[in-house]
Amino acid sequence: MSVQELEKIFQVKIDAEIKIEPKDWMPDAYRKTNIRQISQHAHSEIVGMLPEGNWISRAPSLKRKAILLAKVQDEAGHGLYLYSACETLGISREETINDLHSGRAKYSSIFNYPTLTWADIGAIGWLVDGAAIMNQVMLTRTSYGPYARAMVRICKEESFHQRQGFESLLVLSKGTKEQKELCQDAINRWWWPALMMFGPKDTESTNSDQSMKWKIKRKSNDELRQNFVDMIAEQVKILGMKLPDDKLIWNEERRHYDFGEIDWNEFWNVVKGNGPCNKQRLDARKKAWEEGEWVREAATAYAEKRRARSKAA
Amino acid sequence: MNIQIRKLYYGDIPEDKTGGAIVSKDTKSDWPLWEVFIRSKQGLDHKHVGSLHAADAQMAIENARDVYTRRMEGVSIWVVESKHITASNPEEAGELYEPAVDKIYRHPTFYDLPDEVNHM
Amino acid sequence: MNNDLINYTLHLADNSLILGQRNSEWCGHGPVLEQDIAITNISLDLIGQARNFYQYAALLRKDGSTEDSLAYLRTEREYKNCLLTEQPNGDWAQTILRQFFFSSYQYLLYQQLQTGEDKQLAAIAEKSLKEATYHLRWSSEWVIRLGDGTEESHDRMLKAADELWRYTGEMFIAADYEKKTGIDIAALKEPWQKRVKEIFNEATLPYPEKIFMQEGGKQGKHTEHLGYILSQLQYMQRAYPGCEW
Repeated sequence: MSVQELEKIFQVKIDAEIKIEPKDWMPDAYRKTNIRQISQHAHSEIVGMLPEGNWISRAPSLKRKAILLAKVQDEAGHGLYLYSACETLGISREETINDLHSGRAKYSSIFNYPTLTWADIGAIGWLVDGAAIMNQVMLTRTSYGPYARAMVRICKEESFHQRQGFESLLVLSKGTKEQKELCQDAINRWWWPALMMFGPKDTESTNSDQSMKWKIKRKSNDELRQNFVDMIAEQVKILGMKLPDDKLIWNEERRHYDFGEIDWNEFWNVVKGNGPCNKQRLDARKKAWEEGEWVREAATAYAEKRRARSKAA
Repeated sequence: MNIQIRKLYYGDIPEDKTGGAIVSKDTKSDWPLWEVFIRSKQGLDHKHVGSLHAADAQMAIENARDVYTRRMEGVSIWVVESKHITASNPEEAGELYEPAVDKIYRHPTFYDLPDEVNHM
Repeated sequence: MNNDLINYTLHLADNSLILGQRNSEWCGHGPVLEQDIAITNISLDLIGQARNFYQYAALLRKDGSTEDSLAYLRTEREYKNCLLTEQPNGDWAQTILRQFFFSSYQYLLYQQLQTGEDKQLAAIAEKSLKEATYHLRWSSEWVIRLGDGTEESHDRMLKAADELWRYTGEMFIAADYEKKTGIDIAALKEPWQKRVKEIFNEATLPYPEKIFMQEGGKQGKHTEHLGYILSQLQYMQRAYPGCEW
């Protein structure tokens, strides 16, 4: 069969909502797009452990410590599910991780911001996980089977993440003056970066959108961002806090909230590696990986020894 | 880095090079991949839940326990090294599965019985 | 007696909390994703145990204490954990060996405790024993794997043993508050040594030689490490006293 014919059959399957599975024929670009997206997603989970992990040792109560630890651990699990999904496309986890460390592969820029106070942990749960969930729910219907299945599992586990974040801020919002200030300050710092998580505006698109056609992605950036703003603008009222945007106002005609312009200079700057923590995050990951090498080697060596012994016996 | 603006989504930041075209590197520290099957409760089949890396079978069981049963998802675990799984070829799907399509008499709904015959 | 029981309960709680806190430092920095998750699970188990013990101690004290006031507002000199638990993570070998030494101890201790006179401690011990059993299994396997792995991992295990061995003697010397608990802590030493010998033997590691053993943790005389652990652990409660979180 010619490539054109195969591509046609492939697109028919996609259009009929039939999932693509690892051994199925797929266009090379589809494979690469998936590898890139799934691995970026996996890296985001893993790098995302760092800003929150920063507060594990200082969590203000034993309950909060346990919750935070469980949550950050979940992210390790999510990274693992995604690396596994990526491996079904023929690229090993080690290769994928090497790409992260060499700077070739990216991760979500949001994790290049620092967690300065305890309130940041709540704000990350509510805003950052909230934004991530919008994408993740959409991705449970993505066309590549292993990716969709990983996302189903992740979404099930994520549901507690956003709730614990909001609840933690709720406690601050009902607390002392200092606690309220911590809460508002964290919202001020995380709001715009959270909006940036959805990527550039749809109107800045110049290319035809292959990802939509292949149903790797199923909603545009602006659609998702709008859904997010609509949701958060209501929830923030329960906290009695404000979002740091003067232009935020309900638009009766559109039945949506209008909101201000994102600072795109900042966005690209952080993508390019100039965020407050880009270097620190990558260094931490590289250090963990490099210092773990002898451990991984030892376990392999021992497994080989044991195999050899059981053969000899 | 020359940044090209195009339509992008979460987790899809433009790169000069994609993650796809990478030189394969074989190192001795890379643990093999295992497939994990979990019985969620007594009486049910083991079901494939995902995969993970481990140096040996024992470690694979423990990793599976830590990774896939954090929320009481299982009572029993099977692991098998991924390389030992033989999968059918999707291109043979026609000859493998389609011959079953017209054997509708294998299904109970094929048979119309009077309503008086309950529970059959 | 009640005072002894409170102190003893706090001692058990502090052991679990401090080791849990140490292990949690690995979260996000483990040598491989699967083991990052594994060590965090152990950390969560230990913090859970600590909470149960603190809650019980708070109940016994009848002075409005809570699990958090006991964890967050006691000073270095009031903490009663064994010195072993507060030692730095070091490399993966040192963390593994610390866990193995301590889990072997906790496993034996909880076995005794679960049949002890105090029903509440017995109940907590019974639940925690399952966790300790798994920690022991997991850490034993890693000791063997690293000891009998590569030359480098073997050397690192030797170094870890050299670092930690001096803190293992204390566990079997009863503090005053331990003497009335009905558990003969000194009697755990022999089965503990037997276990360590077995695993070290399988790991091709020499059983450590007799050296001078450090003690004092149970009485609140710690290594310098504990102060730093507490300064992080307690930071929020100290900086913002009396708040709900």
